[in-house]
Amino acid sequence: MDFITQLLNGLGLGSIYALIALGYSMVYGIVQLINFAHGDIIMVGGYAIYVVLVMAGMPLWLAVLAPLVVCGLAGMLIERLAYQRLLTHNAERISLLITALGVSIFLQNLFMILFGSETKTMSPLFGSDSFALGGLSVTSATLINIVVSVVMMVMLQLLVNKTKIGKAMQATSEDAGAAKLMGINTKRIILLTFAVGSILAGVGAVLYINTYQQIRPTMGNLLGLKAFVAAVLGGIGSIPGAMLGGYLLGVLEQLTKAYITSEVTDAVVFAILIVVLLVRPAGLMGKNRKEKV
Amino acid sequence: MMLSVNDINVYYGAIHALKGVSFHVDEGEVVSLIGANGAGKTTAMHTVSGLLRSRTGDIAFLGQSIAKTEPHKIVRMGLAQVPEGRRVFASLSVQENLEMGAFIRSGKDRAGIGDDLEMVFTRFPRLRERRRQQAGTLSGGEQQMLAIGRALMSRPKMLLLDEPSMGLSPILVQEIFDCIEEVKKGGTTVLLVEQNAKMALSISDRAYVLETGMVVLEGKAADLLDNEQVRRAYLGG
Repeated sequence: MDFITQLLNGLGLGSIYALIALGYSMVYGIVQLINFAHGDIIMVGGYAIYVVLVMAGMPLWLAVLAPLVVCGLAGMLIERLAYQRLLTHNAERISLLITALGVSIFLQNLFMILFGSETKTMSPLFGSDSFALGGLSVTSATLINIVVSVVMMVMLQLLVNKTKIGKAMQATSEDAGAAKLMGINTKRIILLTFAVGSILAGVGAVLYINTYQQIRPTMGNLLGLKAFVAAVLGGIGSIPGAMLGGYLLGVLEQLTKAYITSEVTDAVVFAILIVVLLVRPAGLMGKNRKEKV
Repeated sequence: MMLSVNDINVYYGAIHALKGVSFHVDEGEVVSLIGANGAGKTTAMHTVSGLLRSRTGDIAFLGQSIAKTEPHKIVRMGLAQVPEGRRVFASLSVQENLEMGAFIRSGKDRAGIGDDLEMVFTRFPRLRERRRQQAGTLSGGEQQMLAIGRALMSRPKMLLLDEPSMGLSPILVQEIFDCIEEVKKGGTTVLLVEQNAKMALSISDRAYVLETGMVVLEGKAADLLDNEQVRRAYLGG
């Protein structure tokens, strides 16, 4: 019984990783950029909740909506200001990567100046009830995390596979030049992809705060890195892969915490990254992309 | 005049790929750019469709300059391209590829898009059989048909075709060229880039011969077919 409880807790934690991993994966799929500032988007979302709920004392529904809007806009702004020119001029991958790290450092320092560097705590957004499920005790946060992440993935799959815009995203991801020849405004599609990925990070921020009730300007570092590991584990560029990677990582982390010791969880996570890169570099569900000519 | 290209110079870094190239295409014509590998044919085509930029001169489509227009807007003006190497979207299905071809058309035009899908499937029955299949699983010839069908889905006024015969068997080449003739009969203007000069000239009204980034010869296709220089260099004697 205890094992199953731990499994569920792991899935709950993994749901947060999964939502963040989706953003990494979508952006990588479309511009082959590992957006290292993506973890910091969650931090931005966290502070959006803090400002709306704690500082302004506005209602809960606004505090849930705010991070989605703020993260979406922040994602687009970052793409527009930091990456778009580099992408249009076909800059080297390494320039993009360094820019992403720069954006990450900028955001963390900006929020330290705005809000101070100390950790701020909040109460759980949706209460802290526990449910007894056939002898198991599960927190509401765990259930909410799992349900929300599944709903988000289904919605994303529908967006990408069933709508005209989603198919244009796939086309741009596969061959941006050919997509332009279809009359697709690829710049706008890329901007939209950043927006969608960042909104998912905003959802991740809501779940994170509901689960852990704390924020600080550097919270995106480890969270972002772990979600990145999840995306690589599942196969970066693949939506179901990102979800699978997130869940697996969460479960492994939780089981390590429960049955080994919480001190080695991060070591386990990054050992997984190394093993995956050695054994199956394309990830569990990744396709081996042919190099574009 | 449908398309006029006037004195374009295109560079890849330090390489001067097109040196003052000019050509034009009148409405309803089929015009070919022929020449050897590396002569600049594809460069010329990409400059027309906006994927590459010229440092000088001008390109006008239907009397409007498009030299600085973004590629996706050029498509909206009625200029579609079938790129070299087909470049179908491998992970999308055949039908989704065709729908992407109709991307610029309004969602309200569902009936019109459906009619045009039907038209493409009638012209290329093999695409109909494989409509749900991923485009990456098609043979080279089928992918070429799909690439042409996809470009036609935007209902272009003018179609650019880049090396449509490349890597295809003679029977398929014939099929593709028959299709180009049908497109012409349907009133669409065609600019064709081909290494297979004989086939290209046989269906063209006029042609330009490119060598190392310059137009060295131009004229009526029938005259070029008889031209001693062209015969020796491009038609195998």
